[in-house]
Amino acid sequence: MALVSEPMACLLFAAVLLALSGLPGLFLQRPVAAQWIAALVAVFASVLGAYAVIQLLGGTAGAVYQLDWPLPFGPAEFSVDHLSTLFLIPLFLVTGCVAIYSLSYWPAKEKNTAAKLTFFVGLFAAAMVVVLLARNGVLFLMAWEVMAVSAYFLLTTEQQDAQVQRSGTVYLVATHTGTMALFVLFSLLRSTSGSFLFPLPHALSAAFPAATIMMVAALIGFGGKAGLMPLHFWLPGAHANAPSHVSAMMSGLMLKMGVYGILRTISFFTEIPVWLGWLLLVLGAWSAVNGIALAASQRDLKRLLACSSIENIGIIFIGIGLALVGMQTASPILVTCGLFGAFIHIINHGLFKSLLFLGSGVLIHGTGSREIDRMGGLAKRMPATSLFFLIGSLAICGLPPLNGFVGELFLYVGAINDGIHAPLPLAALVAPVLALVGGLAVITFVKLYGIVFLGSPRTADAAHSHEAGGLMIGPMLVLAAGCLATGMAPLLLVKLAAPAVSWYAGIEGDLVSRTGQQVPFMPLTVMNSLLVVLALALAAGYLLRLSKLPRSTGPTWGCAYLAPTPRMQYTGSSFSEMVVNLFGALVAPLRRRPSLATFFPAVGTTFCYAATELVLDRVLTPIFSWIGLGFSYIRRLQHGQLHIYVLYIFATLFVLMIWAH
Amino acid sequence: MNSFADQLLVLVMLINLVMLGSSRLLFSIRAVAVQGAILGILPGLIHPFSGHLAAITVGIILIKGVLIPYLISDAVRKAHIRREVEPFIGYVPTLFLGAIFTALAFVFAEKLPLAPEHKELLFVPASIATLLAGFLILTTRKKAISQVIGYLVLENGIFIFGLLLTEAMPFMVEAGALLDLLVGIFVMGIVINQISQEFSSIDTSRLRALKEE
Repeated sequence: MALVSEPMACLLFAAVLLALSGLPGLFLQRPVAAQWIAALVAVFASVLGAYAVIQLLGGTAGAVYQLDWPLPFGPAEFSVDHLSTLFLIPLFLVTGCVAIYSLSYWPAKEKNTAAKLTFFVGLFAAAMVVVLLARNGVLFLMAWEVMAVSAYFLLTTEQQDAQVQRSGTVYLVATHTGTMALFVLFSLLRSTSGSFLFPLPHALSAAFPAATIMMVAALIGFGGKAGLMPLHFWLPGAHANAPSHVSAMMSGLMLKMGVYGILRTISFFTEIPVWLGWLLLVLGAWSAVNGIALAASQRDLKRLLACSSIENIGIIFIGIGLALVGMQTASPILVTCGLFGAFIHIINHGLFKSLLFLGSGVLIHGTGSREIDRMGGLAKRMPATSLFFLIGSLAICGLPPLNGFVGELFLYVGAINDGIHAPLPLAALVAPVLALVGGLAVITFVKLYGIVFLGSPRTADAAHSHEAGGLMIGPMLVLAAGCLATGMAPLLLVKLAAPAVSWYAGIEGDLVSRTGQQVPFMPLTVMNSLLVVLALALAAGYLLRLSKLPRSTGPTWGCAYLAPTPRMQYTGSSFSEMVVNLFGALVAPLRRRPSLATFFPAVGTTFCYAATELVLDRVLTPIFSWIGLGFSYIRRLQHGQLHIYVLYIFATLFVLMIWAH
Repeated sequence: MNSFADQLLVLVMLINLVMLGSSRLLFSIRAVAVQGAILGILPGLIHPFSGHLAAITVGIILIKGVLIPYLISDAVRKAHIRREVEPFIGYVPTLFLGAIFTALAFVFAEKLPLAPEHKELLFVPASIATLLAGFLILTTRKKAISQVIGYLVLENGIFIFGLLLTEAMPFMVEAGALLDLLVGIFVMGIVINQISQEFSSIDTSRLRALKEE
């Protein structure tokens, strides 16, 4: 077993296993057994991959593999470095969890789409592994397309639904527009460096005019996949309409591939132009604020989570922007803090967003709806899910003692440090932006958690919902434990991200201890642990006191009304109305309300509230419908008259004959 | 011998015009059979004699002159149609167009950069004229049977052109031409069958009903 000691071989083997894991399901006549085989193979591949990642983090260098293919694009090279390793950490963790989860969430016994879904989940994960390992532009694009197209087939699993079809089409158009930009990027790479192979880090001069086009193409192609504003428009629909465990993979992993692409492209160049860092910073800040404002206005559980993904991608890009600005102004603190913030958040987001999406799957499974205003009171019916969802929500808000706080702390430290030392402390503005985003995130997730889990059930379906089985709870437990553990021991996250940071920033030596002087790890660890202990003690004390008091049960928030009804409760829309109004220019939900002449509205009047999407609904959809109108004239050429079709050929032949002279 | 070949080619072009001007299907089929038989003789005239050549000549005359016309006339009998009614463009205008296209074919062939040994012969203009005649039949006639005849004439045009290449790649040209023909017959056979089943008529203009909205 010499191969096992070679991390690169393990990774490639894991990718092959993942890609093949769904194949038995397509051919075997026993779907249930095939699904189990696929899940076990995927878990084994994930364990193998995670083992390789641990080796790589421990300092083992990965080998370089070259595949001599007959295609005229140079050798297909596979290699792994610290940047790839960083993205592989959440990939294998989430893939393993999702494989188990899908057994119970999308059982082959009940759903006949399970075989197709399982196959594409494996292919999707394998393609992402290859994207991270590919060092040849064409190989990269192939893996990228496999990833993008399998994501399309995954999200259109329930293809009878018109909404699913629409989101699928929007996604397909968006991803292929992005791929077009990537074609530009890699052809320019070929003409600049003379080969499709990725150049060594910092080997290309940014002074070359094509460099600017390459960076812009990367921003469009990869930024679109990452969901950076204003290219995020495909994201809410795609995440909302996919099966929940697929959403978990798309949001937790696939968006990160876009981030990886941008980081990889930037690493080709010797010096980074000034505008790029600031542009990423501004786009990141815009995505963060606009993303979370959009999330606050949503009524759909998964759309809300998807919009919050835009916010988190924004935070990651704020970190990358800070680091690039730091490289420009030669301030190592800004560079390390920015990179640490971004990289830690990449891992964190993979953990807590997957956890929340898996949780939303349990909710949808239990209540049969995605609308949060149709849920309520689920904490009593799904105690485990509600606890995990709480952990995920706290983590995503960036509150201590959970892991979300650790990543954002680095960004705060970097921004404030720069604010003190720089002559023009523009980067310090990041701190208030992050604070604003954090506040909005708290409002959004209080709304989500409060409306879904607290109060009394708003519908009969919510009232009759039940806790999910162990196969669904188990993966969520793993992810929640990951969030809690990394939050309590921030040093763990720092150590995971440190190799990538020192590789990317080109810093030698003991980075962790040097950063320790800037960011107080030890007090943080102590404080976080104290917080957990405090929370546990308070809960224990409360329960103890509760058990001694006499108890009567009534509806939650009954408020001593004689005949309370669940409809008297706050709805999600009413809870977040103030915030949504504040950001009306960015979100602009559609409201149709009756005008009130007396105290009560007339019988039969309705109030309508729908979250809208600025870029997709107000800009792209009208433009595309105009284009469609223009092309409808060309469609008249296709009329079904066989003779006229022959006439077309005849005319073409005739024109060619005359044209030849 | 070459002047005899040229005379035969003139005959081929005249047969084109005959088909363009005739409304009776059986007559057209017989005309196309005669055209096929003439094409079968042509290779024997321009190439030195060999056993292979004889086999090809016999094969082409049998297939183009006997077998395929028999199959089509069989289809005509089964479908109970005798003549092409209501073509898109009438017979006299089509005939006129055919004459114009034949003239144009000569003009065009004059300008083609041909090898010197082909320059003197009528092969290239006859080929283009037959091709265009086939196209004319295809575009102006409605009945599926007329369409098949159009394809056959078109195919004959390509075959004449291919005769120029027989020395370079003899077997390939023949095989290719015959294969094309086979596919054409197959496709049209299926189409005729399907159309007459679906619409109880073999009017190809009814195919528009299949167009997506």
